[in-house]
Amino acid sequence: MSPDARRLVVGPFNRVEGDLEVRLEIADGRVQEAFVSSPLFRGFERILEGRDPRDALVIAPRICGICSVSQSHAAALALAGLQGLAPTPNGRIATNLILAAENVADHLTHFHVFFMPDFARQVYADRPWFAAAERGFKAAQGARVRAAIATRATLLHVLGLLAGRWPHTLALQPGGVTRSADQRDKMRLLATLAAVRADLQDRLYGAALEEVAALDDAAALEAWRRAGPASDMRLFLDIAEDLELSGLGRAYDRFLSYGAYPQESGRLYGGGIVADGVGATLDPAAITEDHAFARMEGREAPHAPFEGSTLPDGLDEDGYTWCKAPRLSGLPFETGAFARQVVAGQPLMRDLAAREGANVRSRVVGRLVEAARTLIAMEGWVRELEPTAPWCAQGTLPQEGRAFGLTEAARGALGHWVVVQKGRIARYQIIAPTTWNFSPRDRAGVPGPLEAALVDAPIRQGEVTPVSVQHIVRSFDPCMVCTVH
Amino acid sequence: MNPAMRPPFTVLWLQSGGCGGCTMSLLCAEAPDLAATLESADIRFLWHPAFSEETGSEATALFEAVLAGEIALDALCVEGALLRGPNGTGRFHVLAGTGVPTIDWVRRLAPVARHVVAVGTCAAYGGVTAAGVNPADACGLQFDGRRRGGALGEPFRSRSGLPVINVAGCPTHPNWVTETLMLLSAGLLGAADLDVYGRPRFYADHLVHHGCPRNEYYEYKASAEKLSDLGCMMEHLGCLGTQAHADCNTRLWNGEGSCTRGGYSCINCTAPEFEEPGHAFLDTPKIGGIPVGLPTDMPKAWFIALSSLAKAATPERLRRNATADHVLTPPAVKDIKRR
Repeated sequence: MSPDARRLVVGPFNRVEGDLEVRLEIADGRVQEAFVSSPLFRGFERILEGRDPRDALVIAPRICGICSVSQSHAAALALAGLQGLAPTPNGRIATNLILAAENVADHLTHFHVFFMPDFARQVYADRPWFAAAERGFKAAQGARVRAAIATRATLLHVLGLLAGRWPHTLALQPGGVTRSADQRDKMRLLATLAAVRADLQDRLYGAALEEVAALDDAAALEAWRRAGPASDMRLFLDIAEDLELSGLGRAYDRFLSYGAYPQESGRLYGGGIVADGVGATLDPAAITEDHAFARMEGREAPHAPFEGSTLPDGLDEDGYTWCKAPRLSGLPFETGAFARQVVAGQPLMRDLAAREGANVRSRVVGRLVEAARTLIAMEGWVRELEPTAPWCAQGTLPQEGRAFGLTEAARGALGHWVVVQKGRIARYQIIAPTTWNFSPRDRAGVPGPLEAALVDAPIRQGEVTPVSVQHIVRSFDPCMVCTVH
Repeated sequence: MNPAMRPPFTVLWLQSGGCGGCTMSLLCAEAPDLAATLESADIRFLWHPAFSEETGSEATALFEAVLAGEIALDALCVEGALLRGPNGTGRFHVLAGTGVPTIDWVRRLAPVARHVVAVGTCAAYGGVTAAGVNPADACGLQFDGRRRGGALGEPFRSRSGLPVINVAGCPTHPNWVTETLMLLSAGLLGAADLDVYGRPRFYADHLVHHGCPRNEYYEYKASAEKLSDLGCMMEHLGCLGTQAHADCNTRLWNGEGSCTRGGYSCINCTAPEFEEPGHAFLDTPKIGGIPVGLPTDMPKAWFIALSSLAKAATPERLRRNATADHVLTPPAVKDIKRR
């Protein structure tokens, strides 16, 4: 090992949701190996055991204050699966609106509150874009940070109206939603969405949402960077160019999405996998969790979620995290907005994936384009609501059964697997997006996606919280409270 | 001292065994927004895990400076339950980068803070993190469920002489938090302003029932039978709005929302042990057809007498609408000349 070899432990890693620690083995000014630790264990899967299955709709959302609705949705889908229940058309559309509002709000929070403030750090004071970055994105103070927080609060009025409040609503149910909307409510929802559209077009994009959604290849994105409208998106593209963020944080380029927003037929964003540039359907039965490096009992073999367990082992010396290692057909997969758009076939994301894979820049661009696409869809969904048609189908839960619910949170694929015996939850297993992305090594020693993405990250002289590592970690928009739950 | 010279009211915010939802809710403050609200009272966040620049050693250096008395700390805000497990070690949450359990950081920092504020029901009493078998041995700062004690112990008083201030709620309304901090910075929140569970009375002296748009259904016992029905949710769907201490239906959430306005029951999330109602959340336990939990301050005999009278007098409009998901029969329009 070279003489400058050293170990860094970075934490508390903030501006992510929850707590995170990253251990880095460094030599020759670069990360050689990374170990990602989720330091908080609460045990929600155990908390759910023994309860009435309907209670999952109260407990599961409280896993996470930023993915609350997606947790709720996964639970509702699992309960619907137990009953063989499908939501009413209004219920399906209102659920899409509620989930989409959370997901777009989370994208705004990520870009403005969590991610961009790192470019306003003094370490970049010599860069030509620094003044703009500092003015707009200084943590908690920048003008654009504050404006985006206000826009986000406006957007969440969709939740106030359709779901009572955010986070932690009980509005999503297996058969639809608990609150109907009348024609007046639809006007109010459209006004809210129009205000959000105006804010984003004004500041974030500098252009119509439709123009962002229509970006179709890397050349179009580069043209936007060179000559597009002045905007936060363009500032980011300039920063990304200057700092070569497209060369930072590549992992395995295996992408997973369960698909999002069911329409009358199909989904707005179709699900599946893309691995080595090839798309395929996703087989949920091929998902397992490996405990080899998680501080969990059950290390002898990987577990299918229906057979999974959550027995923390505080004395485990091999384990370095409370996070299990999810694998699809034995392989780690990356999930998130970029993965979702790649799987869904958005042309720009497909082109970026083919040219440069997932990296700090493409993950962020994925979020920006997706936010525009989703907002456009939301406006259409509001118009589809039919006030006097039914909102919530009713069913009866069986005494015995098992089912899963798969949905997409802002930060990627979220699944709940529930087993009911004698009318009670006998087993409940959850695999969250950041469980996939921030997975530890598996029994074969294969690192999780972030652990792979951090290898080769450049470390500056004397850095103890390396800024490149911060960009890479935050590019995943991690949610640490979901990761272990 | 000249007010302009007064130092800002400083806040250090830590998160442990919770979901971060109280912070996510805090960012929903509106009219004015969070930054403007805090500025109005000269409240300055020394560090917050969700939105401060400092990460890693930059953050822990700040904690140490606070402990050394180099930086004055007016309010230590803790979000999330405190985790004592496994086996009393606190290692279910070791604060990243420090090797020290977060519960120990909180125990070290609390005595140097002028005030200690529990943000959310988890930090106050344990909350959902302490539900079921309580796998992480979670508790609140100064309560373990309804029992006094918790991570800091019953005798704890912060430097101001106050016990932990419990801004309970799952999640907290943004302005329950901002108004608590503003009142503290103005010196206007004393022991008499906290209720028996340590909750600020400015929001805990209200009931969720106050301002509930289903009140007319409640008055006539026109009850919802299933979720999405418009009727009162107390009789069949487990609604605890008549017993829950909070101003949700007069203050409103995210614009014009509240749980009951969203079509689902109040589950009394500002109360200790709300997470274990002893039955499914959305069922109303009954004995002899009478709900077990009566409205606050309501004598049982009167409740039974009034209920049977009210049921007999329920207008047809409410009877029909109570089990529909949208209004089938609007209120009749009276000719004001004919009283």
